[in-house]
Amino acid sequence: MSVLLVLEQSGGKVSRLSWEALAAAHRLAPAQEITAVVIGAETDALAAEAAAKSVGKVVRVEHPLLKTYTADGYSKALHQLIQGQSPGQIVFPHTYQVRDYAPALACRMGQVLIGDVTGIADGPVFMRQLLQGRLNGSYRHSGNGPCFVSVQAGAFRADSVETQGNAAPAPIELFTPALDAAQIRTVPSEPFRESAQTVDLGSAQRIVSVGRGIKGAENLPLIEALAGALGAELAASRPICDNGWMPMERQVGSSGQTVAPKLYLAVGISGAIQHLVGMKGSQCIVAINKDPDAPIFEVADYGIAGDLFEVVPALTEAVKAAKQ
Amino acid sequence: MKIVVAIKQVPDRDAPVRIAADGKWIEERELQWAMNEPDAYALEEALQLKEKHGGEVIVLSAGPERVGSTIREALAKGADRAIHIVCDDLGAGAGGGLRNFDALGVARLLAEAIKPESPDLVLTGLQSEDLGLCQTGVILAELLGLPHATLILHVEKTDAGLKVKRELEEGWFQSIEMPLPAVLAMQSGGNKLRYATLMGIKRAKTKELRAVNAAELGVEAAPVATLEQISAPKKQKSTQMLGGSAKEAATALVEKLKTEARVL
Ligand SMILES: Cc1cc2nc3c(=O)[nH]c(=O)nc-3n(C[C@H](O)[C@H](O)[C@H](O)COP(=O)(O)OP(=O)(O)OC[C@H]3O[C@@H](n4cnc5c(N)ncnc54)[C@H](O)[C@@H]3O)c2cc1C
Ligand SMILES: Nc1ncnc2c1ncn2[C@@H]1O[C@H](COP(=O)(O)O)[C@@H](O)[C@H]1O
Repeated sequence: MSVLLVLEQSGGKVSRLSWEALAAAHRLAPAQEITAVVIGAETDALAAEAAAKSVGKVVRVEHPLLKTYTADGYSKALHQLIQGQSPGQIVFPHTYQVRDYAPALACRMGQVLIGDVTGIADGPVFMRQLLQGRLNGSYRHSGNGPCFVSVQAGAFRADSVETQGNAAPAPIELFTPALDAAQIRTVPSEPFRESAQTVDLGSAQRIVSVGRGIKGAENLPLIEALAGALGAELAASRPICDNGWMPMERQVGSSGQTVAPKLYLAVGISGAIQHLVGMKGSQCIVAINKDPDAPIFEVADYGIAGDLFEVVPALTEAVKAAKQ
Repeated sequence: MKIVVAIKQVPDRDAPVRIAADGKWIEERELQWAMNEPDAYALEEALQLKEKHGGEVIVLSAGPERVGSTIREALAKGADRAIHIVCDDLGAGAGGGLRNFDALGVARLLAEAIKPESPDLVLTGLQSEDLGLCQTGVILAELLGLPHATLILHVEKTDAGLKVKRELEEGWFQSIEMPLPAVLAMQSGGNKLRYATLMGIKRAKTKELRAVNAAELGVEAAPVATLEQISAPKKQKSTQMLGGSAKEAATALVEKLKTEARVL
């Protein structure tokens, strides 16, 4: 059965996550049966980019009202497109935008989204995380309608996606949805940033990052002492910044900074995917966590399963001793 | 403003979880439970809106008997009354008593309970900490025929409706304006959460908590996506675990970082 793949753009180019979603689509159908969909007010450049990849066809869903993203505009336009075809699966990258409208689109067709998929086994059986990464679940779709799937960042390899090579680019079709302004009920503003970033964690060589295991702001000096001994920058998981214990610019993860130091030391951080995407690229990852099954250990090179209130002071001493 | 807040009870973050014997969900006996974190922020936003503009905050939760404790917690924090959609007759399953319902099924249950209330605003959490489906709020909006926005940190009432602050990736935000009634899926971290006072806990006991049986809502459990099996994740890297006392482990780690990883 055919697969519809909805691409997303970032800065005028098809986003990397979209190509990861294409890699996932290739697990479901041969390239000729994949239709890549680009959506917006002006989509010719995106369509040309998509047509060069190994897909069967590209559809441009174009309308002036799709210039900026709205959940109403996107779900109405794509609903009209899907009704005219009968794809087996509809694949998306799992972005903030997709999670904002794809569930409504699926609901309109009596379906649910199997979201944030990390793997696809024969069946197809879709793997996704449960309990913030502490367990995996396998899901199956039943019934007649199309199966909606979104793909987690980093789960499939974008660089495995082939181009058309010497062959001609895939054919491009135009689809003009019927939309009128009254159907779009929300008015979004331009994106903005809260404050200028003054710390650049991106270029730090060593980072000591702290999570909710630290219990309270009063315990932070423990972490500061370790960072001091290591000559490392301080960073944190989101709840630490949400609580105001550290400024937001030190937050690592999907809604914070992406870092890739030589050494990333995660203290009392469970390892939710939104944190992992911000630090997975680090050269050497060390995790200290009292729960030996914490997901952070899945990406760590070295782990200490223990109470940070004992391990961190001991580690600070050991680092100091080693420097003498 | 009349505000409905959908609150899910989920396993406590720090509670150890074990896979149940049938391999389809976790062992729920002896588990500790808590209010889903983003839902706590949704409740906080609702209470603040009520304090500013008046009105009523109604808590809505679907799940088995045990969900009552989380509902009481919300009432103690200041919600006015609650609706509990009781579904323990469906077997202890995914997300607690809801195994036969997928996200669409749960949203249908919630929507049926919300309709007769005709609220001005429905708040949900962005995502549940157990299933993490990340879609119940959006489906709810679709079923109720209302506009929605997700990843919301802050809500401001305007003459025309609402102006909300939405989180985007990598530290960016945007604001969105929309008419009321509407549905918002709230992100964690926008506010400081309040604690229940002793007075609040006492008063919660006298507040209305209406139980509705899921069967009475006329929603058929016909899941299109089913959770077939759960398993422990596989390690992506071969992690060297360093054992012994804290001191031994720390010394071993420093040695490894110096000579093996060469990052010190
Ligand atoms: C849209 C979205 C965006 C997000 N963006 C981000 C982001 O950018 N960055 C981010 O970090 N998160 C982000 N999150 C939140 C993320 O999902 C997790 O909730 C968060 O990362 C958890 O932080 P944590 O690991 O510090 O806390 P928890 O998950 O509560 O983990 C605490 C850990 O500490 C351990 N611990 C407790 N006590 C001790 C002790 N004494 N000694 C040792 N270990 C101990 C526990 O075993 C546990 O593993 C986002 C979520 C969403 C939905
Ligand atoms: N059983 C339930 N009872 C009440 N609210 C729920 C329930 N399940 C999900 N929700 C709401 O929907 C949000 C998103 O959940 P999910 O789609 O499972 O990630 C949660 O944060 C809750 O606000």
